[in-house]
Order: sequence, then C-alpha cells, then structure tokens
Amino acid sequence: MTHDEVFAKVREVLEEALGVDEDEVTPEATLGGDLGAESIDYLDIVFRLEKAFGIKISQAELMADNVLSDPQYVQDGKVTDLGMAELRKQLPHADLDTFDESRQVDEFPNIFTVESMVKFVQGKL
Amino acid sequence: MRWIWIDRILELERGRRCVTIKNVSAAEEVLHDHFPAKGDRPAQPVMPNTLIIEGMAQTAGIMVGHAGDFKEKVILAKITRAEFSDAARPGYTIRFTAEMDNYSKSGASTHGKCELIDPHTGESKPLAEIALMFSHIDHNMAGLAFPEHNSRLHRATHANVAGLGFPG
Repeated sequence: MTHDEVFAKVREVLEEALGVDEDEVTPEATLGGDLGAESIDYLDIVFRLEKAFGIKISQAELMADNVLSDPQYVQDGKVTDLGMAELRKQLPHADLDTFDESRQVDEFPNIFTVESMVKFVQGKL
Repeated sequence: MRWIWIDRILELERGRRCVTIKNVSAAEEVLHDHFPAKGDRPAQPVMPNTLIIEGMAQTAGIMVGHAGDFKEKVILAKITRAEFSDAARPGYTIRFTAEMDNYSKSGASTHGKCELIDPHTGESKPLAEIALMFSHIDHNMAGLAFPEHNSRLHRATHANVAGLGFPG
C-alpha cells in the first residue's frame, strides 16, 4: 500500500472519529491541538485503524502512555532524559524534536500528527 | 440509589448484543417540562433526546460490563454519533438494540438503533441511531478513586442480569 493510500484511509478514520472535515486533516495537523482529539478519541482511533487496515494495535505502542505514568520517566510534570530516550525507542513514528525542547507532559498529545499516524500504520503493514 | 432509565432487558448475548425497552409515560415529570404549553401552543410532551441517548448508554453499558464479568468500571466516554428521525411521545415504547463493535482492555465501542413501538398496533418505526464509546476507567486513569455509588450501580446491574438467568 502506498503512502498516499495509507494517508487517504487514515484521513477517513480521523474524520469519522473526531468529526472533522477532510480539509482539516493535513499531514502536519496535530491530533490533540489542531483536530481536538481527547483521551478517549485515541481508543476510538485505534479501533478504527485496526478495522480499516486489518491490523492489531495496542494503545501503548501507538502512544507510549505507559512512559508518562512512570515516575522514573516523568518528574515535576516534565519528561526526564531517561523518559525521552524511552519515548524515542517506543515511538519511532513520532517527531519528538519539538517536544524535546519543553518536555512538558501537557504538550505530549501535540507530538501526534496525521503524518505520524500514517508512519505508524505503514510500520505495521 | 442507582438511576435506571430502562424498564426491562429482553436479550443479552455476551460481548455481542443487548436489547432493552423503556416505556414512555406522561406521568414522568421530565416530559412535563419538555415541552409545556405556552400561549396558544398546547403541551408537546416528548422524551428529550439526551435521555434517549442515556437509555442507549445504559443498554450498551450493561453489554460492555457483562462482557468483562462486571469486573471493570465502565463509564460512557463519548457519544460518537446520534441521529434522530422521530420523537418519542407518551404511550409508546422505545426498544434499544446495542451491538458491540470493539472491546479491549481500555474500553469498548458500540453502535445501536432505537425503535419506537406502538403498543396499540405492535408496529415499530426507527427513532434513532446512536454510536458510543466506553472507557474502562481503571485502565485509563491510573486507578483514580471511583464513587461508591458506582459500586452499587454494578451490583444493581449484576442483580438485574442475574434475574434474567444470565451468569456472572
């Protein structure tokens, strides 16, 4: 499946899960910031991606939420050096460079862009 | 006390489907204010659509809880879609049919239809289509404390299901 084919299906999934318009789902749009995804929406997205692509996804592998709930990786609301290394290991599909500047946990949802979803799915096919 | 907004469970198939009914009565206070007479306009009592969603949430919630043997704390997390094609007036019965789309450790997604049954003729017609998301809160909120009344909810639902001869 080509990148464009994956993107088209991911866009459809995000339109349905988040109730957004097609033109809002650009490759660089962030799920949390631009498309308004809340925590439960990520589970909805996981279910829909599984169905659309016939793959099995655990929420942890998509979002590494286990890292953020681990005190050795997060201190005072910021991800530690160890935590950043773990995130980079677990989330090869995400662009973590901007997040690395602030490391604020509240900004974490912004690392997930539409393009990172496409990369994640491509890695599973 | 647990607030139950469905009257009877008709079918419960583990992890797949749940069918319930709710009778719409003019004696229910909520209908008196929705909508009262005003000026020349007579009263137009109909069940609020939000409460029709609640009925579906309870129906689907029982199905999701039952799928996990009522060991998970199940909460309604998202109304994915709700489309209404009619209004529920007193004297009719609403039949909720919920079906499971996905179920995982983190939660579940469901879809379902609501039908309006006329007890006089036995005929039914579409009322709404509703898709929902449920969260297993212990897995998503790091085990935050849950209100005690929710345990009673689980026990009440458990008893309701047990009364129908379902295990668990």
